Amino acid sequence: MEIFHFSEQPYTEGWDADVDSLRVYMPNKHCDPEIVHTLVNQRLDEWILCDKLGLNILINEHHASATSLSPSTTITAAMLAKVTKNARILNLGIPIGNRPDPIRVAEEIAYIDCVTGGRYDIGFVKGAPYEILPSNANPVGMMERFWEAHDLILKALTSHDGPFNWEGEYFHYRQVNIWPRPFQQPRPNVWIPAGSISSAEEVGRRGHNLAMFLSGPNASKLRDAHYNAAVEAGHPEPTAANYAYLAICGCGETTQEGYDRANEVLGYLRTTSKVHESLMNPPGYMAVPGNVAWLKKNQVRGRAGNHFPAMKRDGTVINIGSGRDWTGSTPIPDLIDANIVFAGTPDEVAEQMAEFSDFSGGVGNIVVMGQGGDLSHEETKANLTAIGEGVLPKLNAG
Amino acid sequence: MGISKDQPDFRQEESVVIQGVEIDLVRLGSGKPVLFLHSVDGIHPDAEPLKGLSQNHEVFAPWHPGFGYSERPEHFKSVDHLALFYLDFLEYFDLQQVIVVGAGFGGWLANEIAIRDDSRIAKIVLIDPLGIKVGGISDRDIADMHSLSQDELAAAAYHNPDNAARDFSNMTDWELWVIARSREAYTFYGWCPYMHNPSLKHWLRRIKVPVQFIWGESDGIVSAEYGRAYAGFIPGSQFQLIAEAGHYPHKEQPEKTLEAIINFIG
Repeated sequence: MEIFHFSEQPYTEGWDADVDSLRVYMPNKHCDPEIVHTLVNQRLDEWILCDKLGLNILINEHHASATSLSPSTTITAAMLAKVTKNARILNLGIPIGNRPDPIRVAEEIAYIDCVTGGRYDIGFVKGAPYEILPSNANPVGMMERFWEAHDLILKALTSHDGPFNWEGEYFHYRQVNIWPRPFQQPRPNVWIPAGSISSAEEVGRRGHNLAMFLSGPNASKLRDAHYNAAVEAGHPEPTAANYAYLAICGCGETTQEGYDRANEVLGYLRTTSKVHESLMNPPGYMAVPGNVAWLKKNQVRGRAGNHFPAMKRDGTVINIGSGRDWTGSTPIPDLIDANIVFAGTPDEVAEQMAEFSDFSGGVGNIVVMGQGGDLSHEETKANLTAIGEGVLPKLNAG
Repeated sequence: MGISKDQPDFRQEESVVIQGVEIDLVRLGSGKPVLFLHSVDGIHPDAEPLKGLSQNHEVFAPWHPGFGYSERPEHFKSVDHLALFYLDFLEYFDLQQVIVVGAGFGGWLANEIAIRDDSRIAKIVLIDPLGIKVGGISDRDIADMHSLSQDELAAAAYHNPDNAARDFSNMTDWELWVIARSREAYTFYGWCPYMHNPSLKHWLRRIKVPVQFIWGESDGIVSAEYGRAYAGFIPGSQFQLIAEAGHYPHKEQPEKTLEAIINFIG
């Protein structure tokens, strides 16, 4: 079992500003660069600590948001590529449906892979609907553009006999010939997250690894869908190593200390849906049948209104709560049952992770959100140390 | 298209295939031809201006390719392609001396058609058209409708925002498909550059037929000031404000808007 650590690099100091939306429209006068300087360096130091603890690294990006200060996974990956020695760096991921230049994406992947000597895994993401306006990519046709960019990037990474021509629907290049080429042969592994059965099947058909975020008991269904589609398409039979699952994690010397840390990290889930109504469902982001159902409900908020509808094993839907203050939120044991959270002592966390992997049919990569919300730098280091020194050895003890 | 037209009784359209493109078309009345080019709100045969115009005219109100149930072929990428399609449309029905009435997005489209070929057109009526940029690089000539909440959009688009109220939960699937597809097509054609063609204003001089602008005084999507600047690019065009109306004067002031059209087209 591999464990990756992830943080969105949040700017929680902005979460209390009296704004309708923490994303896209929130004026950056609420952003103090002195504070950002401290925060982003703390987050980078935490990932460097992971490298020493035997943990891997997962990074992402968002745009114009107080929920995430990372504007480019590639920039974060590039910095960590140089200063880490052992950790795998999983870039999850690059929103290639919103990127105007896929060849630049391919070049940067190859360069970072060479810097790391082959420790780089790449991810491609559709991105949330509120990521569209900052790039101004047309939401109509987004997935067609995504898959064309995907095909072009992979061809660029794996073609070595001189320039090729690409005259597609969305992208045009007459002389594609990237330098450097990737370190790993034929290319770094590709991860794609999916939250629906049809998306998981598509990832399987493409032969890529499947990442699942906070999908709780549904993870086993997503895994099965991916597995069957991959086998049916003739790809090698997926193993646990081809699956990753992300959840909030709080680990401490006592159960309560672990719960308290998890509750701070959960600030992420309690604020991520504070998004202006207009950003939730731009026309074209969802297919027409989905929009018909959406209209029928007179729905205004779109899908992020219940961004992660957490469900316990018995089917009970639980409320994660909202806002920075977690007093009175759903008790951590319920969130553990829903696989939204791994929390407690190292023994308890290791047991929860192993049980989850068994329940889901084999998940070989657990991504912990080990920092989030208001969890401080000191608390995060303690959390990661407990995970690296306590959880990881127990998970891999045989 | 894979779309189930599951409530055919509701439909007031006929299907027509023009140069391989299947669209839905509303035809009403008889007399001199009127081509009505709709905006994102679609076609409402029982409302103005279609109802009044059909008293003495043969009204052709096609659903643009991509809107309603009309197909959008893969190679239809921009308003330019819609304009070329409508030149095919005019040839297909062999329409002569057509009065073109375009509202909002449809007004933009009317101009894109006319700059290419206005030989079959007698007069043009533009109701709060989109389509050009007159301000500076940071001026927002056209409201960013995609960044507004439903309430904010209603306040911008209507003189009386209550006129925007619609209860989607009472609509049939057929109606909701039309709304969802029309919003998607509007976004597809108008996303970038936002609801305009940067070159269009330089070609508007090619329109030689009489043109009348009708503008809702309270339009918060495209202001009356924008409208007057727009009219300045078409020599000899007329400009008429409609009081107590927003972006859809034909909805908020249907009689006055119809009267303004009739007075102009004769």
